[in-house]
Amino acid sequence: MGSRGVKVGANDGNKVVNEIMPSYVPPISAPNPIGTEGSSIRSSRILDFGTLEQSLGFRIEDAVDITRNSLFNQIKSSGQALGNDVQFGGLNKSLGPSDVKMSSFVGSQTVSLPKDSQTKVASVSGCIRENWGESSMADASPRTDTSTDDTDEKNQGLERNQLAVVAASDSSDKSKEKAGDQKTLRRLAQNREAARKSRLRKKAYVQQLESSRLKLTQLEQELQRARQQGIFISSSGDQSHSMSGNGALAFDVEYARWLEEHNRQINELRAAVNSHAGDTELRTIVDNVTAHFDDIFRLKGIAAKADVFHILSGMWKTPAERCFMWIGGFRSSELLKLLVNQLEPLTEQQLVGICNLQQSSQQAEDALSQGMEALQQSLAETLASGSPGPSGSSGNVANYMGQMAMAMGKLGTLEGFLRQADNLRQQTLQQMHRILTTRQSARALLAINDYFSRLRALSSLWLARPRE
Amino acid sequence: MDRVRDLASQKAAVIFTRSSCCMCHTVKALFYELGASPAIHELDRNTNGKEMEWALREQMGCNPAVPAVFIGGKFVGSAKDIISLHVDGTLKQMLIDARAIWF
Repeated sequence: MGSRGVKVGANDGNKVVNEIMPSYVPPISAPNPIGTEGSSIRSSRILDFGTLEQSLGFRIEDAVDITRNSLFNQIKSSGQALGNDVQFGGLNKSLGPSDVKMSSFVGSQTVSLPKDSQTKVASVSGCIRENWGESSMADASPRTDTSTDDTDEKNQGLERNQLAVVAASDSSDKSKEKAGDQKTLRRLAQNREAARKSRLRKKAYVQQLESSRLKLTQLEQELQRARQQGIFISSSGDQSHSMSGNGALAFDVEYARWLEEHNRQINELRAAVNSHAGDTELRTIVDNVTAHFDDIFRLKGIAAKADVFHILSGMWKTPAERCFMWIGGFRSSELLKLLVNQLEPLTEQQLVGICNLQQSSQQAEDALSQGMEALQQSLAETLASGSPGPSGSSGNVANYMGQMAMAMGKLGTLEGFLRQADNLRQQTLQQMHRILTTRQSARALLAINDYFSRLRALSSLWLARPRE
Repeated sequence: MDRVRDLASQKAAVIFTRSSCCMCHTVKALFYELGASPAIHELDRNTNGKEMEWALREQMGCNPAVPAVFIGGKFVGSAKDIISLHVDGTLKQMLIDARAIWF
């Protein structure tokens, strides 16, 4: 690992192989140094090869450029170590003794190239090109599959070249090296195999990683979208019984959905009324609408448990609706006042019933309002009391804690008030339906819906008004 | 429980409350609105308050224990029941029947 300068002696082919064999590891975490190193190496290599160039009669610089560029790209992208460069070792072996220095840009290992044999070097130069390119691409994590494929191809081409070179060298070398060659060849082959297998494994792993990463981003996007739509994703993954987690957001969306369905039902009702449908049909639709009203009250109750202040704030309503809100919803007495005129003709009994209902509703509303006021006052008293003494004294801290505990208890009763307010609304609606006939109930529901639709439209207009 | 019944039968309209309970305040306000003058028993100011509260919750099934409303000696319910009965006019009738109010 690290720089090793190896000079190949004249008769020391084997040794060359052994010493070159270990993988030379580039300074992984710093691609830039490699870049700069590269440029310096380039120049140094040019110096080294200056003499070689003349004797070899071809431009090593070209070969070096090609491999350097490809290698830099690879290293930059992966910063991975170059693994066992079998071919390099094999190359050196096949080159035999020589005195050419070659600095590797990764480990500054130098390898000698033969100076004498022109033919050998010529074929070797081709090997060099393929070698370096192949090794860099193989061991730097392949960005694409094709690079590895190319690698494999180059691998085989290189093997062919190597064998060819080996054969060439065999024929011209002394026979005593033949036995060593065989062993070395076998070892080289094994190394090649191992390297190829590891490359394939790495390729598979990387592919897996990439696909998982893709999947992860997709899931994250879906989750984001779903959250925006208010489908609240509970940590336990139980989606059907929603409403425990993000109370406010989930409720807003539930309410929007409820409103949509409500409007649809109202349209159905309107169509039935306009077409003078029979009482039974009307009754069915009216019952549906009433049951649907019960739904939103139930939803509000559940949401209030999670976030009572959100419901009380009315942020889930449009601004104009919010203005006329009373304890988290509409005022039933107001609603009845609106309806009385629109429900004509009413029988005497019905009129009395509706008036009584309006009065009862008003009284209950007043009582609840008084209760809320008492709560506010009590809370204010709780928080206001307490002697302003020196801070840090334990007595004051205990006071403070006690205060807070009491205040917390009082806040807890807010949910109860909201519940009773909704209860009042629900009861009022039910009583109204009891007093009215089916047709009148239908018209009443349409009238209520008209009123609130107009309030909502007013809100939209208000929000969109041109401001100076 | 006996204590509760005892107190409950002393007047036509009896409400058991807690001084800090604001919902009790609501029920009281409603009764005053109707013209009734119920007997109010604040359990947190009563020596046997805890016992009675327990009796109301466990034996009468009144949850929350306060406010607990008795009309004509009979247990009527808590805030939720009172509101429901009031809306359909039953509460008023019960009060008239028990002579807590006259009209």
